[in-house]
This record gives sequence, structure tokens and C-alpha cells, in this order.
Amino acid sequence: MRVTIVGAGIAGLSCAVEFAERGVPVEVFEQGQGFGPQSCSWFAGGMLAPWCECEHSAELIAKLGEQSLAWWTRRVPALVQRGSLVVAHGRHLSELVALSRRTTHYEWLDSTAVARLEPSLADRFPRALFFKDEAHIDPRGALRYLADRVIALGGRIHFGITCTDESQGDHLVIDCTGLAARHQLQDLRGVKGEMLLLRSNEIVLQRPVRLVDPKTSAYIVPRAEGVFMIGATMIESDDSTRMTARSVLELLSAAYALHPTFGEAEVLELGTQVRPAFPDNMPRIVWRRDRIYINGFFRHGYLLAPAFAQMAADAVLKEKGCRQVAYENHA
Amino acid sequence: MLVYDTQLTSRLLLGTSRYPSPAVLTEAVKASGTDVVTVSLRRESSSERSGQGFFSIIRSLGVRVLPNTAGCHSAKEAVTTAHMARELFGTTWIKLEVIGDRATLQPDVFGLVEAARILANEGFQVFPYTTEDLVVADKLLDAGCRVLMPWGAPIGSGQGLNNVPGLRAMRARFPSVPLIVDAGIGVPSHAARAMELGMDGVLINTAVSRAGDPSAMAGAFNYAVKAGRTAYLAEPMMPSDVAIPSTPEAGLAFLA
Repeated sequence: MRVTIVGAGIAGLSCAVEFAERGVPVEVFEQGQGFGPQSCSWFAGGMLAPWCECEHSAELIAKLGEQSLAWWTRRVPALVQRGSLVVAHGRHLSELVALSRRTTHYEWLDSTAVARLEPSLADRFPRALFFKDEAHIDPRGALRYLADRVIALGGRIHFGITCTDESQGDHLVIDCTGLAARHQLQDLRGVKGEMLLLRSNEIVLQRPVRLVDPKTSAYIVPRAEGVFMIGATMIESDDSTRMTARSVLELLSAAYALHPTFGEAEVLELGTQVRPAFPDNMPRIVWRRDRIYINGFFRHGYLLAPAFAQMAADAVLKEKGCRQVAYENHA
Repeated sequence: MLVYDTQLTSRLLLGTSRYPSPAVLTEAVKASGTDVVTVSLRRESSSERSGQGFFSIIRSLGVRVLPNTAGCHSAKEAVTTAHMARELFGTTWIKLEVIGDRATLQPDVFGLVEAARILANEGFQVFPYTTEDLVVADKLLDAGCRVLMPWGAPIGSGQGLNNVPGLRAMRARFPSVPLIVDAGIGVPSHAARAMELGMDGVLINTAVSRAGDPSAMAGAFNYAVKAGRTAYLAEPMMPSDVAIPSTPEAGLAFLA
């Protein structure tokens, strides 16, 4: 048995690591010349937040997200597990209450407790939800880490090559190409996301902070060396070519609302890409004769890809008799 | 309900914004029993035809689409958006919103009347989101509107019907104009109340899309709208300041 994986985004690489660790020879083919802006994994927030993300599709995201979080924790030393914080301005407290009703693994903080966790946010938010078990990683670093791991396990990664192989005999082709597979996967649609990177030495955050607001919701993820990722818009569009002024305005407004110091930050990067999503916004493993598709990670690539990689490896390696089962859905 | 010569069997109109996923939206539309969904256009989704994925889901719902001009702050912007909507959805129906205040999302009734006149002259069937103001309503009808959509409360607030006497006055003043309460409804009892007042329909979005179980909530609104309408037609009893026994007192056994 050998496995060819098409696409070196988060879906492809976590799959490659999972198979390689189970002793299967893997080769990864990536159309791009390297890791970069052709992939939406490049622009991700890297929040491993199974509970604060489970506002939608609650239980499944929490369960699979927790599984992925454990997967990341066992592998990536650079993972930071200091939880995540969700805040709202006083008049939108009801949004926090609504979120809290739909999830678990949080505690309510008052203003003093917020200040203890994040001194920069002292006296800014009367209440917050703290999800102490959540974590975050630098997504670009994580991609490189996974690639190194694949190579260390004897796998190979080829950049700048379009792979058209089909599964044959004990050679399996796994397609993790995101929206590029939309012609093969009828239900797949694009949901545009835009983000920006800021740098400021005047503010320190220990953990991702999500600002919940009926008009401009956004999250801010701290990275190394004073860099902050601000994300992300969600627009029903599959145009990844440009970021609009309105989106920049909305994201910066959210950052500014979180703390006015962000108004003085240096803008390092504006990024836009299109997330692949199925109608229920949940990923799927679709097993077809020529390829297995793992796709539709929507805004949950880093959060869910490892769990789906494990599912795919289990299906391929442990339940060979079940090949007629098309995993057309996550369940 | 007859609007612009179109017979609608359901008096509930459903908005398509802010659902957890298109799949949940699809379930909610089915559960609501609605004939009409509203869709807001962001300029970038429509101009490049890049929002096809989402719009094809909307089209596949098998219900009539009422595009809206949500988020437009001037008559000109609303007219431009209406043109895009006509091209994208192939309909001359347009739910006209011209927002006058960022905080309350209150309609700018001056811009609304202006945009309504332009669009009606161009052959659009305009559904104007307005206040319960009777003078504005008159001007909208003059401008060519044949339906009025008074607010219940500010958009997305879920406060219910903030001005019941105002809505009653509107009903009395325009007995034959379809009145559809748009905005502010939070729970099914608000919708039932609107229907009991004799409103012709209600438009719901956030109350369904942000519910914990949007599909179940859409079903609840479906019942509420039917209940309220049935009650209105059944001519509710008149309230009284004093108790009136529901069983005759005379002839009851005298218990010493």
C-alpha cells in the first residue's frame, strides 16, 4: 500500500503525517511552488478552539476538535495552550450569553479576572468567557513542521507539480485540493475570508481574543515578535483575487474596538483566500473509485483536519472491507 | 395573500442571513412553510458573479426570491443594488431598505420614498421597509408601492411590536394594502400578535437564524403566523374591565 496526497495545505499535510506515522509510504504533490498564498491554510488563524468555535454544529465540532487538539499537542512543540478569551462590549453582553448557552468548557470572568489574564485588556470588558483548554499555533510554522515530519518519516513532498493520478490497486490517491476540487464535488462552494497581520510592541496578548459583536466580529491571535493576526471575514463569494476596503475597515474597526493601541500598529500584510465549504459547513471524506476526497474544512482546517486524517487512515487501513461505503458525510 | 398580483399561500416571509450554514437555512425554509425568502446582496458577491455557490443554494430552495437592499444608506445606492438584484435573480421584486441611522438601523424615509419612486417607474415591484408613519405610507403608495412593510422594532433587536396603536392605525387607514411587519420580531408570540392586529404577513430573519435550533424555530413561527391570522379572522372577543362569568350564575344550587 502506498498513498499519494494531492495538495499540501493543512488537510493534505495532516493526512500525510497520519499515514506516514502508520508506516505507509506517502508522496505529496502540491501545485504551488512552496507554501504560500495559493492555499487558504496560509491565512488561517490557527486557533485550536473546539468549544468557542462550536457555536455552529456544536457537538461534532467539539468532539472532533478535541481529538485534533490532542493530535496537535502530541506533535507540535510550538503549540501554545493558554486558552482563548471571548469578549463583548457591555451593550452586547447578550451575544456572550447566547454563545455560552451553546457550548461548554468555559468559565465566566469579570473585569478583574480578565485583567489578571490579559493586563492589556484591563477595564475594557465587564465580562468575558474563558475557554482555558483551548490552544493556538502559528499556521505557517505548523505547515512547515508537518512537512518536515513527513520527510523525516521517509515521505516525499513535490512542489510545482500537478498530479492527475488515480487510485489503482494498492495505490491510493487522496485529494485535499480544497476549492480546486469543486468540479468533482458538486456541493462544494467558496466562502471568502480576509485577514490582516499587524505588528505592535505596545500591546501584549497571551492568547487569542474573540470580540463578539453583531456588526463586526473578529478574532485576534498573537504570534511571535509582536505580530497579531486579525481575522476573518466570511463572505459568500469565491473570488480570492482582492481584499475590499470595506473588509479592511471592518477588521481594523474590530481590532481598534478591542484596544485603541491597534490604531498605531504597523500593517504587515493583507491576505485573502477562499475556504472550501459544503452546505452544512462541515468537512467530508468522499470515497470514490479514482480518489478519496477530504475537503470542505470551511473555517476549521487546523481545528478539524487531524481528526479527519485519522478517520481516513482508519477507514483505509483498518476497515478494508468497507470500501464500498462512501463517506459522503462526516457521520 | 395577494401581493403584486402574486398569490402567496404562506404569510410568513423568511430572511436568509446569519444562519450557521446553508444546510440549516434550507431546513428552516422548509419548516417555515414560506413561499418567499429575502436575500441581501453584497455588492462584490453580485457584480463578479462570484457568489454563485450561495445563490444557487437559494435558487434551489424552490421558493420565490425577494432580494433586498439591506445596508444601503442612500437612495442612489439602493437603486444600484436593486438593478444588480434584478439581473442576478431575474425578478423585479425588490425589498427596499434605505438606512438612515447606523445605530438604530431606522429607515431614512426621505431616501426611501425617493428610491421607491425611481424603482416603481422603472417597473420594479417595491416592498418598502418603513416606519408606521401614515404620511410616509401615503407617499410610498403615491410613489407606486402596492405593499408596505412597517417595522415592529429596530432590525435584529427582537423587541417585538413597539407601537401597537401605530400599527392598528395603519391597518385602519389602509384596509386594502398588504401590510407586512418587517424587523424586530423576536419570538413567535410577537408574530401572532402582529397577525391578530390584522397585519397581512410578517418577515422574520434573526429570530430564526440566531435561534439555537433555527429549523424548529421556523416551524414555531409557521404555527404562530397561522394562529394569529386565524384568530384575526375569527374576530376576537372584546376585552372588558370587569369579570364576566363564562357560565350562567342564575340557577346554581344555593349552598348555605
